[in-house]
Amino acid sequence: MVFGVILAGGVGSRMGNVEKPKQFLKIGGKPILIHTVEKFLMHDSFQELIVLTPTEWIEHTKNLLKKYLGEEGSTVKVLKGGSTRNETIMNSIAYIEENYGLDDDTLIVTHDSVRPFLTYRIIEENIKYGLQYGACDTVIPATDTIVHSEDGKVITSVPDRSKMYQGQTPQTFGAKKLKELYQSLTEEEKEILTDASKIFVIKGEQVYLVEGEVYNTKITYPYDLRVAESLLNDQKNGK
Amino acid sequence: MLNTIYRLVAPRRFEIAFQDISLQGDEVIVRPTHLSICHADQRYYQGARPAEVLAKKLPMALIHEGIGDVVYDPQGVFKPGDSVIMIPNTPVEKDDVIAENYLRSSKFRASGFDGFMQEHVVLTHDRVVSLDPSIDKVIAAFTELVSVSMHAVLRFDRFAHKRRNIVGIWGDGNLGYITSVLFKATFPDTQLYIFGVSEEKMSSFTFADATFNVDDIPEDLLVDHAFECVGGAASQSAINQIIDHIQPEGTMSILGVSEYPVPINTRMILEKGLRMFGSSRSGREDFERTVALYQSNPEIINYLSNIVGAQVPIRDIKDMNRAFELDNQKNMGKTIMIWDK
Repeated sequence: MVFGVILAGGVGSRMGNVEKPKQFLKIGGKPILIHTVEKFLMHDSFQELIVLTPTEWIEHTKNLLKKYLGEEGSTVKVLKGGSTRNETIMNSIAYIEENYGLDDDTLIVTHDSVRPFLTYRIIEENIKYGLQYGACDTVIPATDTIVHSEDGKVITSVPDRSKMYQGQTPQTFGAKKLKELYQSLTEEEKEILTDASKIFVIKGEQVYLVEGEVYNTKITYPYDLRVAESLLNDQKNGK
Repeated sequence: MLNTIYRLVAPRRFEIAFQDISLQGDEVIVRPTHLSICHADQRYYQGARPAEVLAKKLPMALIHEGIGDVVYDPQGVFKPGDSVIMIPNTPVEKDDVIAENYLRSSKFRASGFDGFMQEHVVLTHDRVVSLDPSIDKVIAAFTELVSVSMHAVLRFDRFAHKRRNIVGIWGDGNLGYITSVLFKATFPDTQLYIFGVSEEKMSSFTFADATFNVDDIPEDLLVDHAFECVGGAASQSAINQIIDHIQPEGTMSILGVSEYPVPINTRMILEKGLRMFGSSRSGREDFERTVALYQSNPEIINYLSNIVGAQVPIRDIKDMNRAFELDNQKNMGKTIMIWDK
């Protein structure tokens, strides 16, 4: 069984002086989260879609789903997020385990709610390679040179750019495996390993690369919101 | 939902645009899988249309021949995963007499508004025709072009008098080939003559009863009716040659598109009492008849497979450019984009 897990746990601390977490801000007159959920609704392979959000925003999220997506919106499960990204993912796995049970074929496609520009193909390939390899991560080749510095003052090394990629989401994992790996971490390791793919890699598991899109960006700063809005306004130029 | 659209913004330049699609509407959402390039798309891509036309039409997503898989149908008529053919002609009114493709108010994909080069295409139910999974998708991709020939053959049957011993088709390109295949399947007892310029191309018309080089037509050769599938600069010579080689009261079906007005021998049209009619595009009925023909005459699919040219997998804009450049270099055949966006 495949589950869509949309991470809307962020409170938008990087977004400047806005009243709402960034996933609830609108682009093209619709909340970013709704745009993202709609992309997942296009796939019929998902057993259930799960949105994880801070406790105080749960009712708001449910109302938005109902308002913008009607009946379809009511089928989306809204759960409380955790204190970290991984804890949030663990909450979704706990829900799946309780309601469906976990086996080796239980797959979760996790995605940042603030990446509404993802495509059908990206989700499709995440499911495909997730089922085939057990884990995959969406990336694009790095366009800027990446510089590695140990102390933040001088360059330690300059890795070969052709081997560097920028991580996006979705990230897809076998839920049972991820739970086992996460539980095997010490509290200290959990603090450092904020990215679920990294847990797999560190534990010697293979994570397959899925080709992302340059425009599958994360809306993090007010600048990103302006870019997203102007991308969408392009439609006015279409004939 | 944010839908990605690949629009031609200037000759040879595609750019990405996004458009919000409402999931609250009644329409079917289709994900294109196989798209076929037409001369009309190529003319936009090459910038071979008058500057004022380009300025008026672009930016616009190209392609009006294509199939896809249904991903969402709020009415439940189609299931997710169903293969469908997308109809590019989009009528906005109903008329009991005039066919949908001749209504001046009708819009057409990749001409009046965005074509199929999109992540998802939103269509009303009557713009979607089911495709049997047994039909080769690469061939089904250009069903729109086949339906244009079907439309012309059906109109021929309506307008042409009953003596149909010999029919001539001028044009040895894709349209001439498809029209010939369909004509022979529909009227197997009629002698079908092909008039073209390339011996090599005409050698593919194995189902025809005879082929003639247009520079070497016997003077006394006459056909009862004719189809013109030439278009462009050669329209004039093709149409006038038909007028010379057609029997009195024959019908001439004009399918070739010309960018400029064509001078023709109207005196002889009068003297022979000829009937000339245009055929352009197609409507839902033509698509349905075409799909039914695929089923009843499976050999049609084999004949159509002869004109499949390059198949280009599309992952990014570079691939789109490559497909159009390959299509432009080819002598004959249809270029199919295997759409993986």
